[in-house]
Formats: sequence, structure tokens, C-alpha cells
Amino acid sequence: MSLGRRTILQGVSGSVRAGEFVVVLGPNGAGKTTLLRAITGLIPLAAGTVQVAGHPARRGDPCIGYVPQRRPLDPDLPLRGVELVALGLDGHRWGIPVPDARDRERVARVIAAVGAESYADGPAGRLSGGEQQRLFLAQALAGDPQLLLLDEPTASLDLHHQRELLDLIARVSRERRTAVMLVAHDVNPLLSILDRVWYLAGGRCATGRPEEVIRSDVLSRLYGSPVDVFSAGGRLFVSAGDRNA
Amino acid sequence: MPNPFELEFMQNAYLAGTVIAILAATVGFFVVLRGLSFAAHALAHIGFAGATGAVLIGAPPLVGLLAFTMLGAAVMGWLGERLRGRDVAIGIVLAFALGLGALFLTLYTRYATETFAILFGTILGVSRTDLLTTAILGALAIVALAVAFRPLLFLSVDPEVAASRGVPERFLSVGFFVLLAIAVSVAVQVVGVLLIFTLIIAPPATAEYLTARPSTTIALAIGLGLLETWAGITLAYYIPWPVGFFIASIAFAIYLLARFLHPVFHVHRSEPAAEHAADHA
Repeated sequence: MSLGRRTILQGVSGSVRAGEFVVVLGPNGAGKTTLLRAITGLIPLAAGTVQVAGHPARRGDPCIGYVPQRRPLDPDLPLRGVELVALGLDGHRWGIPVPDARDRERVARVIAAVGAESYADGPAGRLSGGEQQRLFLAQALAGDPQLLLLDEPTASLDLHHQRELLDLIARVSRERRTAVMLVAHDVNPLLSILDRVWYLAGGRCATGRPEEVIRSDVLSRLYGSPVDVFSAGGRLFVSAGDRNA
Repeated sequence: MPNPFELEFMQNAYLAGTVIAILAATVGFFVVLRGLSFAAHALAHIGFAGATGAVLIGAPPLVGLLAFTMLGAAVMGWLGERLRGRDVAIGIVLAFALGLGALFLTLYTRYATETFAILFGTILGVSRTDLLTTAILGALAIVALAVAFRPLLFLSVDPEVAASRGVPERFLSVGFFVLLAIAVSVAVQVVGVLLIFTLIIAPPATAEYLTARPSTTIALAIGLGLLETWAGITLAYYIPWPVGFFIASIAFAIYLLARFLHPVFHVHRSEPAAEHAADHA
């Protein structure tokens, strides 16, 4: 996978099963976002293929729901939450939106699924970061995707709201049998809900259960330099290793 | 003084003003949404060079306006999302276009009235031919906007997700700028290049303060644009001051009023945020 002349990821290979919760980890610039964008078809691959639900990945694939990292919405944005969510259902179609009863019901259902009923009728730009993130999640779910790609969905949230949102994503994934690939910086809040991790570093990728991947020997090989992994109180900590130790 | 509605030049002015107000407010909704106000302003100044250039070679100013704004629009549209926050680059192009316009005016020394018309508008001097051209261009642009409405809204609010859902980014970006070029070119007839903000930006920006639904915002913006244009034309008939002055003043007054009323309309919206603040404490 290359951007311009720079090769971002090489030899990445893996699969995600229906209903599986995969967390994509790695240092800044490791290519986590690039990986998600390649799956959505936003970036062409230099070599290899991405298959989603049995066909090659392409832009506009209704099987994929995507929640990228974004700036908070403009407070004066003339758009209500329901309209923001509805764009996920029919935003790519031409014409002026005239939602029929079926569309309206589908939008109402995903809004209920993320627990946003109480504020979805208000202006989207005036909502808190956590509320906006729930609406973006509902927008991504509106098309009933089989694969949900989430890029650091909890980045701007405090611990309490992080926990709430992650539990919500896990529940939605379980109930709808939607596969999830979630990019995160810290694996600890996710240890109880994830099935597997993909760890990207040094342009390569290691996949498996956290205890198989987040280990000194595996990560040292990946980074190409010594890495220590500590475990304390059921939490994992990764740090650059000391060569003289 | 005769009833203004009985005079042909006044009828032309009201009709052209109506088409232009509707087009300007609709295009303006997306200009505000996409954060392109300054680009729209610059496009008008690029049009100034086109209009003065056309006068210099003896062509109708509208032709020069369209040619130059279309060219500018194509370049800006091609840059697309990269245009956001490029105020300095836009400003330098704007200044260059104004300089070019100044040169054309110096070379063409006969009528100072032409200059005044391009800078501040000549709605009371619109001919039947101008009216027909304006109506055709306006109708085409509004139909195109209606067709592109939903994907353009998606792309404006959420570019990354829209692109991933297959919305044709570059096509819509260039296409929208072409529509903006048309709107700017016809709006120059009413308010001139210097006051283009009053028709394209002021009505939708005002409407945004008062509602949060896209369709209501556009309807309200059209209503405000029509009100301001009609009132401006009528006042200019009775008081010998420029139409542009009246329209700009009314637009400014209504904008101020909307900003003042804004907190009243949005009181209930700040409540959820307050609850969360309490949550964290």
C-alpha cells in the first residue's frame, strides 16, 4: 500500500469474520487510517486486493459503514441530527431528499440503536462530541453494513463517555452481527470487548489475540527494535525497550 | 411619479431581481455551508476584470463576466477541498484581477458610467434581452442545483464519508463552482461586484441563524433575498440613491436582527450541553 512514493504498509494480510471485533493498533503514522481508507476504496492499492463480503473493495460499497476522524461540526450547521443520519442512507443519490416512510423508519431505528432519540431532532452542530459521535455511528449503520470501520471514535471523549461509546459499539456489533475494525491508540479499554488485534508497525502487521500479539518478542520483531510489554492490574503497557537491560 | 409597476424598465428590474435573488440565495446556501464566502467574493472581482475587458473590446459585459468567472471557477473547483483555508492565495488572485480591471478601465476612457455599473450594479437599466439571458441561466442553474442537492449536501457536510459512499467529489466541486460563477455573473447586474455578498452570502447566513433544517434555511434565504431585492428596487425608484446601497443596508439590518434574535431561537439547544457539563463535575 503506497501513498505517493512512500510505501505505508507492505505484506499486510488478514481477514475479519462476520460479527468479529478487531482493534487496529500501532504508533502514529503506522498506516492505521490508510488501512481503513484502502478498505473503503478511497485509496488505491499498489499491489494486492481487499475483498469485502466476497467482492473487491470499491468506493460506494453499501456493505461498508465508515466513521472517519473528523473535526467537530460547525455549531451553526443548518442540519439536524436526523438529516445527518439520513445522509448515510441516501446521501449519495441524486435529487432533493424526499424520505418515504420506509427510509424514515430505518433512520429512526438506527437512531434508537445508538440511543440518540432525545437529541436527534436538534441541530447537529450544537451537540456535544459524544452525541455527535453517536450520530456518526448511526449514519454509518443506516445502510445496514456488514463491516463497520471506525477511526479512533473515542479520541475526543472523556473516560466515562469513552466507555459508554465502546460498549455501545460492542453491543451493536453483536446484535447486528456486524464485523468491526476499530482504530485505537490504547488497547486497554477494549480488552474486554475485542476478539483480535491487528498491530501495525514498521510497515508490517501482526494479528491475533492480544496475548499473542502484544508481547515483547512479537512487537520487537515488528518495530525492528527492542520493545517491552508490561502487564499490571490486567492492563497492558508498551514502551521502547532498554538495550542495556 | 407614475406607478413603478407600469414602467417597462421597472418591470424588467423586478423580474430580473426576482430570478437573481432566488438563484443567489440557493447557491449562497452551499457557499456558506462549504465555507467558500471569500472564494465567492474573489470570483466577483475576477468577473470585474472580465467585464471591463469585454467593454474594452466592445462586447457585452455579461459575456466577459461569465468567461472570467467560469475560468476562475474551474480552477477553484479543481482545487476542491484544498481551497479551504487558502485565503492568502485567493486574496492575491483577487487583487491581481482588480489590478487587471483597473488597467482595462484606463485603456477604455470613454464612459465612467460603465465602471460604476459594473462595480455597483445597473438593475434599473436591464434590457429585455438581459432579462431573458438572466432567466435562462437562472433556470438552468437552479435545475442543476436541485439534481445535485443531496450529494452536494453530503459532500459539504461530510466530505470523507461522502467520498467513501461514492459521491463524485471532483465533478461536484467543479460543477458547483460553475453554478457559483453563473450566480455571481447575473447578480453583478443587480448589486455589482463590490456588493455581491449582500445577495449571495447575507440571506443564507441570516437564515442559518434562525433554523437548522436545510430546506427551511434555503426557503428562508430565498424569502429574505426577494424581500431585500424588491424593497431595494422600489426605494431606489422613489429616492435617487443606488439600488445596491438600499439592498446592502436592508440585508445588513436583517442580519444584525437575526444575530440579535439568535439566542432567543436557540435557548433550548444549549441545555443538553449544560447537562453534560454537570455530569463531568
